[in-house]
Amino acid sequence: MSFERPNLTRIGSALRRTVLTGATALAALSVAAHGSMAADVNTTGLAVTDDTVTVGILHSITGTMAISETGSVQAEKLAIDQINAMGGVLGRKIEFIQEDGASDWPTFAEKAKKLLVNDKVAAVFGCWTSASRKAVLPVFEQYNGMLYYPTFYEGLEESPNVIYTGQEATQQIIAGIDWVVREKGAKTFYLLGSDYIWPRTSNKIARKHIEKLGLKVVGEEYYPLGHTQFNSVINKIKLKKPDVIYAIVVGGSNVAFYKQLKAAGIDMTKEKPLLLTISVTEDEIRGIGGENIEGAYAAMKYFQSLDNDNNAGFVKAFKDMWGQDIVIGDVTQAAYLGPWLWKAAVEKAGSFDIDKVREASPGIELTTAPEGYVRIHENHHLWSKTRIGRAGADGQYELVYETKDLMEPDPFPEGYQ
Amino acid sequence: MRTGSSFLTRTELVYFAILAAVIFVVFPASMDIFRLNLFGKYLTYAFVAVGLVLCWGYGGILSLGQGVFFGLGGYCMAMFLKLEASTPEATAIQSTPGIPDFMDWNQLTALPTWWEPFHSFPFTLIAVIAVPVFFAFVIGLAMFKRRVGGVYFAIITQAIAAILTILIIGQQGYTGGVNGITDLRTLLGWDIRTDSAKYILYFVNGGLLMLCLLAAQFVRRSKLGRILVAMRDQEDRVRFSGYDVANFKIFVFCLGAAMAAVGGAMFTLQVGFMSPSFVGIVPSIEMVIFCAVGGRLSILGAVYGTLLVNWAKTTFSEMFPELWLFAMGALFIGVVLAFPNGLAGLYNSYVAPYVKRLISARGAGRRMAPAE
Repeated sequence: MSFERPNLTRIGSALRRTVLTGATALAALSVAAHGSMAADVNTTGLAVTDDTVTVGILHSITGTMAISETGSVQAEKLAIDQINAMGGVLGRKIEFIQEDGASDWPTFAEKAKKLLVNDKVAAVFGCWTSASRKAVLPVFEQYNGMLYYPTFYEGLEESPNVIYTGQEATQQIIAGIDWVVREKGAKTFYLLGSDYIWPRTSNKIARKHIEKLGLKVVGEEYYPLGHTQFNSVINKIKLKKPDVIYAIVVGGSNVAFYKQLKAAGIDMTKEKPLLLTISVTEDEIRGIGGENIEGAYAAMKYFQSLDNDNNAGFVKAFKDMWGQDIVIGDVTQAAYLGPWLWKAAVEKAGSFDIDKVREASPGIELTTAPEGYVRIHENHHLWSKTRIGRAGADGQYELVYETKDLMEPDPFPEGYQ
Repeated sequence: MRTGSSFLTRTELVYFAILAAVIFVVFPASMDIFRLNLFGKYLTYAFVAVGLVLCWGYGGILSLGQGVFFGLGGYCMAMFLKLEASTPEATAIQSTPGIPDFMDWNQLTALPTWWEPFHSFPFTLIAVIAVPVFFAFVIGLAMFKRRVGGVYFAIITQAIAAILTILIIGQQGYTGGVNGITDLRTLLGWDIRTDSAKYILYFVNGGLLMLCLLAAQFVRRSKLGRILVAMRDQEDRVRFSGYDVANFKIFVFCLGAAMAAVGGAMFTLQVGFMSPSFVGIVPSIEMVIFCAVGGRLSILGAVYGTLLVNWAKTTFSEMFPELWLFAMGALFIGVVLAFPNGLAGLYNSYVAPYVKRLISARGAGRRMAPAE
């Protein structure tokens, strides 16, 4: 380090450097005891000490999205707890700073900036809606942070600063439609969804795939978020008699949709028509009521009922921490993967530096994932299996099919745009 | 009795100077760029609050739809910035390169015609003011000429805010939908995301706010201001005196809209995106709260009120992420119950007499300009 007189604008960083040098000297004294020094594994000034590393959790815990995002927060806290119990990451205990996005996209951007600029967190686990992700994305790219994003989403994105732990649209959709065509002989489809980017993009992919198979889409409709009057579309469905209702209704609208569907005499257990959704997890069923959605199929990558040792341990730990009558949906499990994937990448890189973590991330695999085995693709999404579950009156899905191989994530699908 | 300039008493001059010192010296000196940028964001809401002081505090027109004008101003600016960010090179990955990304996701293959003029910066600057003002003018004309006022007007503005939000969200191919217009990068080639740009924008924003405050002060002091107060207190008498009440109302409503629009445009520049969450009913009501906390009769109070509420919001939510909304609720209820005239009322009844005594004690013998 040179000792030329710093100019005014540099004083801040020079001071910081001096402090860092002091810290390094101190760390050097204790290095024999510890192993790696903070300065070695952290060359960019992240919040890493010799004993701790700080990460951020950024979800809505107030506002309309709180009900959906709470599961993710719980899963992330559980994962952090478990990692700490195993000795932490590179010998450092994870501490977290939780911020509330308040279901408001600008607030997400503000808090993301606070976590990265002020708190210098080594990673952020957070966001749920696409809108919140789109709001924080420029912040993460500008300040070079790393976001672990848990929700299944529409794709069309591949940021070097995000690891997408949920499925992108093609993973969820193509396997689901192939299955319903192969196993149930479906020929005609009625697409419907809430009116925003995810359902629209997903239905676009679904329609292209259906038409590619030489089959027919007999209707496609969208309703505003929060819409609760589905009688007109239900009448149209009864008129057109599609083999499959492909539903991507989100949030509170689901409750009205499934209740009205049942009230209109469409019994999903008879599968005439069959209902396939990619938006209803066990969390939503709690609102809808199992008896109202019994018989519907969902295509996603995780169900609470999955029968494997990883999942048994995960469900037990989750319930022990957050209560016995809690349910775990697809996104909650994906959120749980975030801290584990980050830990694996940091340990592979031997460093907390964002650039090194990014470089180390592709190829990281997790054999302990509740959903089974996952691996990070070059495009920062996960290779994962797609599964079909049948909703039961108890609010749980029963697994009826899973893809033999991992589905490759393809956020920019050729021929589907 | 006036001293100094024609529309500022000496005491008011001091108050303006104090606010200017706070905005231009105290904040930049005491905060890092992240916090300063946050305060810059709060100050953009202050434009709306100042406009509301004129409309509501002086004119008696309670608008619960100021977010509409804030949003329109912000969207105009965002459209320009988005077009600049959507060069064919930057969007090469899309099916149709050269159009904003959200249009591509919504299967649009060409830029809608009404977006075209926003390639021009001068046009955008005009549109930032003109679009919201025109909108306000139409609303004002339709309402005030028919003598719709009071609660009915408030309800209608609220409905307009709701309608516009639904429109923006529904037309997502043209507006970015619920995501809003995001990922804005440069203004005429100047990267607005850098720290230096944030400093400059902060000062530009502060300067514009001071201009707005002076304009508001001018209106207050002018004959127009007195007519507004008269209208608020006894509308019929003003009408019977031969004034066309509706025109005054339309004017002040448009002025409030223009101020909100400037705030919206500055918001977009400083925060880097615009979304329908600023247009709807909730943010519009929040803006009224900023104004109420500051004191609806004081233009400077509105600025302090905005700063206080937003600072509290950020601080509470950082400290108690799970409970902060309750703290905010307590703050509003506390302020409204204890100080119905807001911070300004608090100041006038408790601090001002003390300050006055202090000044007159020190400046004994000199004639002081009377305060308000």
